Amino acid sequence: MVIKEFKHVLRDQRSLFFLLAQPVMMILLFGFALSNEVKETKIIVVDHARDEISKTLINRFEQNVYFRIIDIVPDESMADDIFKKGLAKLIIVIPANIADDIKHQYKSIVQLIADASDPNTAAIVSTYAGAVFRDYQNELLGLVKMPYEIKVEQRMLYNPQLISAYNFVPGVLTLIMMILGAMMTSVAIVREKELGTMEVLLASPIHPLQIVLSKAVPYLALAFITEIIILILSVFVLNVPIRGSLFLLLAESILFISTTLALGLLISSSTNQQQVAMFISLVGLMLPSLIFSGFMFPIENMPLPLKTISNIVPTKWYYNIVRAIMVKGLGIESIWKETLILATMTLVLTGIAIKKFKVHLE
Amino acid sequence: MNAIVVNNLTKTFGSFMAVDHISFHVTKGEVFGFLGANGAGKTTAMRMLCGLLKPSSGEGRVAGFNIDTESEEIKKHIGYMSQKFSLYNNLTIRENIRFYGGLYDIPKKELKQKTDELVEQLGLTSYTDKLVQSLPLGWKQKLAFSVAIQHSPEIVFLDEPTGGVDPITRRQFWDMIYETAHNGLTVFVTTHYMDEAEYCHRVSIMVDGKIAALDTPNELKKIFETENMDGVFRKLARRAKRNE
Repeated sequence: MVIKEFKHVLRDQRSLFFLLAQPVMMILLFGFALSNEVKETKIIVVDHARDEISKTLINRFEQNVYFRIIDIVPDESMADDIFKKGLAKLIIVIPANIADDIKHQYKSIVQLIADASDPNTAAIVSTYAGAVFRDYQNELLGLVKMPYEIKVEQRMLYNPQLISAYNFVPGVLTLIMMILGAMMTSVAIVREKELGTMEVLLASPIHPLQIVLSKAVPYLALAFITEIIILILSVFVLNVPIRGSLFLLLAESILFISTTLALGLLISSSTNQQQVAMFISLVGLMLPSLIFSGFMFPIENMPLPLKTISNIVPTKWYYNIVRAIMVKGLGIESIWKETLILATMTLVLTGIAIKKFKVHLE
Repeated sequence: MNAIVVNNLTKTFGSFMAVDHISFHVTKGEVFGFLGANGAGKTTAMRMLCGLLKPSSGEGRVAGFNIDTESEEIKKHIGYMSQKFSLYNNLTIRENIRFYGGLYDIPKKELKQKTDELVEQLGLTSYTDKLVQSLPLGWKQKLAFSVAIQHSPEIVFLDEPTGGVDPITRRQFWDMIYETAHNGLTVFVTTHYMDEAEYCHRVSIMVDGKIAALDTPNELKKIFETENMDGVFRKLARRAKRNE
């Protein structure tokens, strides 16, 4: 029985390719294209001053890897046009009397105009630009002694360089496991119903539970292989370390895969059509997983009702576990709560699924 | 000896009586036609006989086993072929035979020998390792039948086995059925084709969950004063109150 299921999976080369290629693609895409870090932002400088100070400032931006000055223009009337054409993400306006202001009033105002149609990028870019000015200011201050000052010393724990791969590798891993476990399993079982072979199997002496379990085994194996591929890629291509115990990570993954398999089984027992099964998994699982795992949108920022919902989404817990083990290098003592929740979910889901499956047969 | 005995068998879904107190028996080696319009309850009745559904009331014995309490035993002694084509398209002929054989715990050695015999009988020896999807429908159907009876069951249930198959293949298919019935196998078959009903030893026709007529095709034609089974069926179907 299990052997036959393996053959099914292997014969269907198109979906097999899809299953194995997808994680690779996602990892590479996220790794290189969809980075949260902003590099080589195109900026335009409006230089009203045209003096020593403005030259120094422009020079600093030119040397900075995060920025690329594409033009220096005399006034900001063109700003709107520039943004509309999408030529630049940020405009820096240096006032005409910057040198005077600094000398006599000890302050000057530099304006940053950012294209906030993409709010995340706009915020990051302005922060970076602000930092450039602060650096310059600190240099000017270097000579003058301040009466008192508070220095902020930042320490970004676990991920000092704020590398976005640390965030999305656990995220992608979670999503892929969800797709493999829930969607593929449910579709595979429902396909058998659609073909009519399920009836023949049920009319044979083999136990219904055995039918379902043997469906799940190849996908468990496949999900496990995929997981290992993702981990290899992230360690060797994206340089994301696995700081905690690999064994613990894999064990937790098997737990999570079981959760998704139970979900898949539940879906398959509620429909007889492949397309419906696919649709339920996509809308009912993928979207909540994406939204509520905390991978794309921080759960802390959600209103209370949504926060509550996020607690019943298994991906959230698995995502936390993976992050804890991979990035923070924590052990079981700090993730036992998540583990317990996942285990409970798995048991409850399996229970409901089996009960439903039996009722469905009647 | 009777292969199937059914007494007042009933299945209700809520307030809907899908099968309404039916009683009949099928003797060993008989080809028993089980006819009825869509929704008349024949599939439900058949599912109960195969141990897929529990009856609401009434009793029945299949191959000597109680359908209510011994459905697992029944499953070992029957073969089943569903109305949809029931082999795996992306497995080869050999793999399909082996897989279904494995379900019924046929010993490996015996199974290997049987597989060779089976494909030879069907004239498919050169296709043994081809995927089933490359076969024409008629061949698939014959193969499915052979697979359904490879574990030598006492009774084989065929649920509309010839749907969508051309007349010549259908004829050949029925020859196969006859041959196996001749060897002592009981065949319980549902069909939509009235000409096929003529091939059966006895025919029962279900209307609205009840058995409206049960006799040999010739007797039925006499009773209903028509020349063929199609006439019998039309006359009975007119009485149906239930619609789909």
